[in-house]
Amino acid sequence: MGMPISHIMTSGMSGIRAAGDLVARMEFAKGMRIGEAKDYVAKKLDVTTDDLSDEYVMRELREELGIGVITSVAGAPKGIAAKMNIEKLLDLKINSCEKFRGQIA
Amino acid sequence: MTTEYKLRMGDGKRIFMTKEQIVADLKEGMADAADLGSIPDLSADEIDKLVDIITMPSRMVGVEQGMEVPVTHDIGTIRIDGDQGNSGVGIPSSRLVGAMMHERAFGADTMELGHIDYSYKPAKPVIAQEMQTMEICQQNMIVPLLYGAMPNMGLYYTPDGPFENPGDLMKAFKIDEARQSMEHSAEHLTRDIVWIMQKMMASGSDGVNFDTIGAAGDGDMYASLHAIEALRKQFPDIYIEAGMAGELMLGMHGELEYDGTTLAGLWPHEQAPLVAKAGANVFGPVVNTNTSKSAAWNLGRAVTFIKAAVEASTLPCHVNMGMGVGGIPMLETPTIDAVSRASKAMVEIAGVDGI
Repeated sequence: MGMPISHIMTSGMSGIRAAGDLVARMEFAKGMRIGEAKDYVAKKLDVTTDDLSDEYVMRELREELGIGVITSVAGAPKGIAAKMNIEKLLDLKINSCEKFRGQIA
Repeated sequence: MTTEYKLRMGDGKRIFMTKEQIVADLKEGMADAADLGSIPDLSADEIDKLVDIITMPSRMVGVEQGMEVPVTHDIGTIRIDGDQGNSGVGIPSSRLVGAMMHERAFGADTMELGHIDYSYKPAKPVIAQEMQTMEICQQNMIVPLLYGAMPNMGLYYTPDGPFENPGDLMKAFKIDEARQSMEHSAEHLTRDIVWIMQKMMASGSDGVNFDTIGAAGDGDMYASLHAIEALRKQFPDIYIEAGMAGELMLGMHGELEYDGTTLAGLWPHEQAPLVAKAGANVFGPVVNTNTSKSAAWNLGRAVTFIKAAVEASTLPCHVNMGMGVGGIPMLETPTIDAVSRASKAMVEIAGVDGI
């Protein structure tokens, strides 16, 4: 248990505390290397690549964009609703969102 | 009096070494990798940087700001609720709770869902539950959530599976029969992986993590590459992480090929192009830890191998850095000083795209 947390603290991008999930998504969705993925996400968010790991910058920005924040915020998009906003932000389709859309009338 | 630094052995035990001893071990480990893989040595500057990382006085070290990388996971949620004598900490909880804890409490960049037995084959009888758990998790999660499992082709051999155990056949000098058994097992493994992932993709999974490809040798890799190829064809947007079991692809069969390349004997930098050719998005190279050598020796060796793999790969590389691989000591509770140093070295010197 301590090992993955050690990696997250040493090298990770802090997930939805910052923009780690968005950079990871671009590596997976488009096969982008780390530099390209960071550049892509930074451009979409209109921030610097350093800001992508900065909780101070990303906390407020994520709430504004409705793409999910790590703390509980009543009424803010969570789960699949936040991912639907991520789809628009990053200009890609997310499988679970596609399935969700397919289930509603 | 000569200054000594605190390090770890490959089994995690505390040792003390002088700077000269650290440099000597780093170079010896590096030379071992360079010789085995026919790959370049690290530069003098890279050796100096490794020495700096190893001798930093802080208990925990971190990458330079701006160099952070996404972290992916094997075993995933099972490390929370798993309680079968492995790396799980046995907290009674659902897998949804485990996934959300990783996302919201630990700051994980990605997560994965896996079956408690963590291989594809045993997930088959409980696929309906796996599908519904994936659906529930996807409704609540924001980070990419993969379905993860081990190909684990050994489960297809007697006494666990339908095909005669190649080990038993080889002991009886029935080499052709042993190879046929591996080929049949590989066909079934490919079929099972594809079937399970068809179900998981229907349940909203972002994709799949192949954990420990090649654990049962080249047949295991053969089956996994063909499963990746089939999944990419069927699901063009699926996220596929191809994580390896070991540094060297063991030639249990010896003659299996993929895209005209013999799989037996491949090192990480030679595995990378085949994983890309099959259609994966992320490659997870592995270098094994030698428990009888120092952290300096292991890290010198691991960084040399992984740097070559990162350069050879067209895909993002998320180096495997669990217990006993990637310069991490081989024990269930690897020390934070060793984990953070290995993690930093892989990002800053080997240039990995993720952990």
